[in-house]
Amino acid sequence: MADKNMPMREALRMALREEMIRDERVFVMGEEVGAWQGTHRVTRGFLDEFGEKRVRDTPISEMAIAGAAVGAAMAGLRPVAEIMTINFAFLSLDAIINHAAKIHYMFNGQFRVPMVIRAASGWGDQATATHSHTPEPIFAHFPGLYVGCPSTPRDAKGMLKAAIRDDNPVLFTESIAMYSKPGLVPEEDDFVLPIGKADIKREGRHVTLVAYARGVEWSLQAAEQLAKEGIECEVVDMRWLRPLDMPTVFESFKKTNRCVVVEESLPYYSFGSEVAAQLQEHMFDYMDAPVKRVSAMDVPLPYAREIELMALPNAQKVVDAVKEVI
Amino acid sequence: MAEIDKPTLLEWYRQMFLIRQFENQCDVLYKEKKITGVYMHLYSGLEATGVGAVAALRPSDHVITAYRDHGIALARGMTPESAMAEMMGKRTGCSGGKGGSMHLASREHNFWGGYAIVGGHLPLAAGIALESRYNGKDDVVLSFVGDGASNNGYFHEALNLSAVWDLPVVWLIENNGYGMGTPVEVSSGQPELHKRAVAYGMKDMGRVDGQNVVDVYNVVSKAVEYARKKGPVLIESLTYRYKGHGVSDRSYDKMAELRDWQQKDPILVLQDYLCKHYECVEDELKDIEREQMAAVFKAVEFAEDSEVPTYEDLISHIYVEE
Repeated sequence: MADKNMPMREALRMALREEMIRDERVFVMGEEVGAWQGTHRVTRGFLDEFGEKRVRDTPISEMAIAGAAVGAAMAGLRPVAEIMTINFAFLSLDAIINHAAKIHYMFNGQFRVPMVIRAASGWGDQATATHSHTPEPIFAHFPGLYVGCPSTPRDAKGMLKAAIRDDNPVLFTESIAMYSKPGLVPEEDDFVLPIGKADIKREGRHVTLVAYARGVEWSLQAAEQLAKEGIECEVVDMRWLRPLDMPTVFESFKKTNRCVVVEESLPYYSFGSEVAAQLQEHMFDYMDAPVKRVSAMDVPLPYAREIELMALPNAQKVVDAVKEVI
Repeated sequence: MAEIDKPTLLEWYRQMFLIRQFENQCDVLYKEKKITGVYMHLYSGLEATGVGAVAALRPSDHVITAYRDHGIALARGMTPESAMAEMMGKRTGCSGGKGGSMHLASREHNFWGGYAIVGGHLPLAAGIALESRYNGKDDVVLSFVGDGASNNGYFHEALNLSAVWDLPVVWLIENNGYGMGTPVEVSSGQPELHKRAVAYGMKDMGRVDGQNVVDVYNVVSKAVEYARKKGPVLIESLTYRYKGHGVSDRSYDKMAELRDWQQKDPILVLQDYLCKHYECVEDELKDIEREQMAAVFKAVEFAEDSEVPTYEDLISHIYVEE
């Protein structure tokens, strides 16, 4: 089968649909996933195809959506719960962190929690302070949970399928800005990408750019621009914030001796902080320059377009950071 | 009281006495620092509610509760050894010494655990009930709910979800009068907590005398049958806890109130009933009491002799590995 060009939302839809066909235990639940066809259209057509039993509209009850998914997973189902946007997952934090992530450990392996929480994440659409979050690192802080953040339609398909098939709870974020962006996606229904494996999206020898989700796009754009000036960037797409594939980063760093971390998230206690800390702990002898971080600005997001864009990372900010470490 | 046969009543007596002894012993061991940690919430005084409600279930039904979980675990059939070893943080405990007093669970008994975030287990109960419906089974979930939990968002969201999805859950509020130290009347606009059912369009089975195991059994049996065939039910059991909220908390200064409740102690209530209905039952009760005291001492010995967890235990079961 040839790869097919499609936007990320269609790749996610394909993954979810294939897994629902493959495994009767897989079902979706969340706000507007059924009759409304999904806020982001990822579950478009599902209600007609799979019926009310497996495509479950819920009340606006984020605590109960996440918590009921935990219970259903413990009992043997494989829920894929949609939290409309990650901003609302703050209401589900207890169910995700205290229950989904802890139950397997706390009861010494008596229960498994094979569930996925999907949530749209990101900012940049004048969505304002409460609706402009990329808090993936918060979730990745806690052992017991996996956190997946795809950057391409292809990865979205392979990673979501892996998340659904895994016996551990997975928080899966989908960058809002990328839902409509197209890419080539394998049509095979056994296309599954391993959990916790990073991917080199571009090879280079001068500097390693470590990124996830939308940060990968900015990194690739920056690499393109820098290549014209003779600077070759290696772009490592982490794909998963937990497990975090640091060995792949270390291998790249041994070659480049320089690193810029690119993230859509905020800079304090962040993905960038973690990568930088691990590099100085384990790669100090290979280090030719301080690790730079390109993050969102440390401000709540405002409404006005002009100042909102100031706060966001972009390719140019990545270019500038690379030039500081070269 | 409906007709319950003598062996059943004696079995309930056994369970209630076991729970009381177990909790008394936990209290002693805590003071001796053989049980450590900051959290332990004793079930003393609530035995009739736990034993009567669990007795209304089949083995394939499910039970879930909050952190005051020792009594529920024992009523559901967990051995005192397994529970006591968990209290002492031993490898042989039901949760391998990693859960502690508030996180007893036994998969083989369909006892899904004690949960320590107030209300946190309520949506889990809904999810477990969903599996039953999803797979065309008729098993129900009995979810204990503290009176305090009835005021947080989990209660609202989980009960509402169970109603809109017609889930087979019996929500049983153990109203022991206080959420930690705050009286129900101070924390609930509607202190008759069962009336919350109306807000969710859910079957309201009213209040039951939580000191009377037969009454609890009868009401919960009806509720279980309703949930099996139709959907969720809410019941409120009026009971009382003899100890403070937790062992590390101050006991409230309510001696007169405590004495009133002890007049209708659940174990005494059942004892009176048995003695009125059956001749010469006193000796049988004494035998049961002796046996259960011995069982608890044996459990303590077992726990004390058990190994503590190792580094391998510390790092196991963070994720499902295979």
